[in-house]
Amino acid sequence: MTGKPERLIVDGRRLDGRLPDELRPLRIKAGILKRADGSAYIELGKNKILAAVYGPKEMHPRHLQQADVAVLRCRYNMAPFSVEERKRPGPDRRSMEISKVIREALEPVLFLHLYPRAVIDVFIEILQADAGTRTAGITAASVALADAGIPMRDLVAGISAGKVDGVVVLDLMKEEDQWGEADMPIAVMPRRKQITLLQMDGNFTPEEFRQALDLAFKGIEKIYEAQKEALKEKYLPIEGER
Amino acid sequence: MKELIASVKKEYLAELASQGKRIDGRALDQYREIKIERGVIGTAQGSALVKLGNTQVMVGVKLEKGEPFPDTPNAGILVVNAELLPLASPTFEPGPPNENAIELARVVDRTIRESQMIDLEKLCIKEGEEVWAVFVDIYVLDHDGNLIDASVLASVAALYDVKPPTSEEWTLPAFPVRGKPVAVTVVKLNGVMMVDAGLEEENTADARLTISTLENGNICAMQKGGSGFFSREEIERAYELARKCGEELRRKL
Repeated sequence: MTGKPERLIVDGRRLDGRLPDELRPLRIKAGILKRADGSAYIELGKNKILAAVYGPKEMHPRHLQQADVAVLRCRYNMAPFSVEERKRPGPDRRSMEISKVIREALEPVLFLHLYPRAVIDVFIEILQADAGTRTAGITAASVALADAGIPMRDLVAGISAGKVDGVVVLDLMKEEDQWGEADMPIAVMPRRKQITLLQMDGNFTPEEFRQALDLAFKGIEKIYEAQKEALKEKYLPIEGER
Repeated sequence: MKELIASVKKEYLAELASQGKRIDGRALDQYREIKIERGVIGTAQGSALVKLGNTQVMVGVKLEKGEPFPDTPNAGILVVNAELLPLASPTFEPGPPNENAIELARVVDRTIRESQMIDLEKLCIKEGEEVWAVFVDIYVLDHDGNLIDASVLASVAALYDVKPPTSEEWTLPAFPVRGKPVAVTVVKLNGVMMVDAGLEEENTADARLTISTLENGNICAMQKGGSGFFSREEIERAYELARKCGEELRRKL
């Protein structure tokens, strides 16, 4: 990437022309992989992410089975070509942590006790990255879980809020993530307004933190609508054929 | 391996929580006894041993010369690593760091890095060629709950304990530290928010939220964990607790 521009917000507009409370263009499609039990594709700005769900199915190896509940496994993985400089393939410390927090963000919506001894696998592949991949990955994964027909309490929608040039903004892009002053990924069950993922690094005053939460909740509403649209787009035509 | 706890014990902890009580008689916003020893390891540039009740975490800081990262040619390097030693719990096994160890190290890393408590630019020896690398190694010795808060306390204490190496390249008057970030982890147990969960409380809780704050009340890092969730009100409550208890923790440092 080139050097830091002098200012990331000029006349109230961000580098890509957005206002502070504006999401990047968002597109979600459900059920785009043939073999997976459920799948989804998301584009958020320049992010391109695939999510696939396999299961519930019998857990192998057996010693990993849980007698009373199903195990949810999540794998967040970046393609080597997804970032400017080639990323070495395979898990690293960052992707292992992200896989863990994604799992913990999705677990609250699932009824894992319905499938003892089973496993549900969620695979998230980042094909092109431009900041906010973990939250966009969660957004896609929850659509993929619904597409797999797995009972859920709610969807989970994710987004990041942060601070750039002293301004609290929604949905940071790469430049803002790199040179901004704070980044706060968050995932929410939209109907119940419950927070299932919350991370943050940088520097927030308590007031900025509240503003960031406000912005994030507004963003979540829009993402939730797009998730529902994606599912309707796939399933309403099928209903119509009957 | 998973930590096991009898369901009758879980129910008891939940019942206590609903009455605002805890199994060891503490208040919901009360930490266990905290002891910090500094300079416990002679071979490290800085070290500290923190006891938080029965939880024990040791941190050793080593300084070594290294090459800067290409994107920060004039800044030193901070590396935080955590080991969940097999001697610390029957559930810890030998082998490469698992996701819990990695999460612990990364949350401590973010707390220290984002607080800017180490002035990394002062640790540049020759721009683009040589800088000081600060290795913070977290050694969990006894796991009785709340490893994150104990590890942050031990790391900050150890960084303030650093005596510069006796090397010709070292030209600074002292190791450049400023400010003291502290992490406060709040768990939600049966809908009740409490700080400094002991092991049984930790394993009964639905979710946890760690909030790292600075002297002025600003937040420098957060991390939610566990398979539960928080409402907006609960997040606000967690911040209040982080602010109040953070002050108390900072006084120990």
